[in-house]
Amino acid sequence: MPVRNALEALTLRPTEFLRSAWPWRSLVYLSGGALLGFATVLGVVALILVGALLSIVAIGLACYVATILSGVVVARMERRRMRLVDLDELPDPHRPVTRPGVRGWLAVRLREQATWRELGYATLLASLLCWMDSLVVGAVFYEVLTTFGAPFYMVDEPMSARLALAAAGVPLTLILAWPVTAWAGARAAMARAILAPRAHDADERLIEVTRSRARLVDAFELERRRIERDLHDGAQQRMVAMNIQLGMARLELPAGSPAEKYLVEAQTLAKQALTEIRELIRGVHPKVLTDRGLAAAAGEVASITPLPVDLQFSLPGRLPAALEITAYFVIVEALANVTKHSGATSASVSGTVDQGRLILEIRDDGRGGAKPAGGSGLVGLADRAAVLDGTVAVASPAGGPTVLRVEIPVPPADRSPPAARTGRPAETRA
Amino acid sequence: MSGGLRVVIAEDGVIVREGVAGMLRKFGHEVVAAVGDADELRVAVAEHKPDVVVTDVRMPPGFSDEGLQAAIALRAEDPELPVLVLSQYVEQTYASELLDSGPGAGVGYLLKERIGEVTDFVEALVAVAGGRTVVDPEVVRQLLNRRRDPLNRLTAREREVLGLMAEGRSNTGIARGLRVSEAAVAKHINSLLTKLDLPPDSDDHRRVRAVLAYLRG
Repeated sequence: MPVRNALEALTLRPTEFLRSAWPWRSLVYLSGGALLGFATVLGVVALILVGALLSIVAIGLACYVATILSGVVVARMERRRMRLVDLDELPDPHRPVTRPGVRGWLAVRLREQATWRELGYATLLASLLCWMDSLVVGAVFYEVLTTFGAPFYMVDEPMSARLALAAAGVPLTLILAWPVTAWAGARAAMARAILAPRAHDADERLIEVTRSRARLVDAFELERRRIERDLHDGAQQRMVAMNIQLGMARLELPAGSPAEKYLVEAQTLAKQALTEIRELIRGVHPKVLTDRGLAAAAGEVASITPLPVDLQFSLPGRLPAALEITAYFVIVEALANVTKHSGATSASVSGTVDQGRLILEIRDDGRGGAKPAGGSGLVGLADRAAVLDGTVAVASPAGGPTVLRVEIPVPPADRSPPAARTGRPAETRA
Repeated sequence: MSGGLRVVIAEDGVIVREGVAGMLRKFGHEVVAAVGDADELRVAVAEHKPDVVVTDVRMPPGFSDEGLQAAIALRAEDPELPVLVLSQYVEQTYASELLDSGPGAGVGYLLKERIGEVTDFVEALVAVAGGRTVVDPEVVRQLLNRRRDPLNRLTAREREVLGLMAEGRSNTGIARGLRVSEAAVAKHINSLLTKLDLPPDSDDHRRVRAVLAYLRG
């Protein structure tokens, strides 16, 4: 079994252990630990002093913050140094900082548990560990100097005694390799226990990932709105105006003119283009959703679904935009699935908010047997919901009915939604 | 009827606004104001007291549905004010809100592509100014699409007639559209009103509203 760290090295046969680099590595590690500890003490004391002197100005505060963050620096050094006595790398527990600038970095670091654990380690290092390190290293140097140096400084002793002492230094020094390595190993294990990433660091990372996914949804949402605006203000306007001009031109033509045929054809094309742009916009960004919210938009989806759809929505006003758009597309895809695969004669969609979760249920009286695998669209639907931490459950026994239940947590509204102005209650039937 | 209506146009796209204005002038109507946002629309209506308002749904500053909201607000102040709303969207949500404003008379909801059918469009404007209700065929098609059971009891011809009724056409208009006699149209109408449990009404317009109310569920 290959040895991975200083503590394991202690289990080697003495000859092997003494021939290995572990005692030397341990010694270097402990010397470094002593130096790092004293540097930390000096640095922090200096920062606190400067901070205290300048505490009326921002620099003072910055020094205090720097003191708190000294742990981050110390821990980074410690992770590097630990390679000396432990071949297993110690991973960095910090999250990557995505926001630029010092403020962004501070905002992330000061909110991390790991930062505070590292500060704890730095405190322990400065107050206890570095003194122990220096004690051990000092003891080694003292022993080496007193024994091997004996022939040179014990001038009033007989040479035989001096040489005997120097000779005794050899086993003594060899024996010292064990406590040095043991302390180095134990100390590294302690550091590892404090500094290793914890499960909730990972949780924090998960939360961050979730947040960034939600941000992505928001970014897509903004982009969709921009596309919709551009289409509306550009191509759509011009097509409408062109259509008017063509209509006016037709009026000017004498009846039965050969040019009329071409104009009629041109108008037909213009109308088709307008219809296409309209459908495109509906797919990109449903206008009613922005203006009136989920219940109204679901009503529009129901009205273009080729089978009767019963709607029951009771929502507490508008929901956050990202949630609305996700829920909307979930309904669109679910109803498209019903139309394509189920052979149903009717369907129903209900939406409620219960205990901070939006619950959508899409039922149909079709043949059932919907399978999440394959091109059933259920996977895409689950993907959409998953982005916002939502879940999708399907009950679809052979012979039907199929019930699709989508639950998505309602995120705290980060933007004030447009005031719901509605001339109609959210309860609609289609 | 073309006694020359006094029209206020609200539309944020300059090319469309000018296109519509030019077209209406050509038909002998007077465009007393052509404005680009909802606030200007309110001012223009207060100042000019037009015979009819033509407005786009979305307008600055928010580009959501300011035009529609302005139209509804104007009709709340003056239920008699005829308003024709032009939209890029089939969405019946907007059409429904408009139909619910005021007494539901003298309103129109048309898709912008309908403007290209110049003669029909101007006729629709005159009809709205005359207190009738006009709904875009595309919106009506969506409403009919909801396929409630009683609708299944209608014959194909009756469904056609129902659709044309919902668009706000008179018996004469329906007869022309389907190339049948007015007597035949009246027969279809009576038959379908009975099947749908709607009150038979000799007044064209009230009947249109009953049909729309039915279709909107």
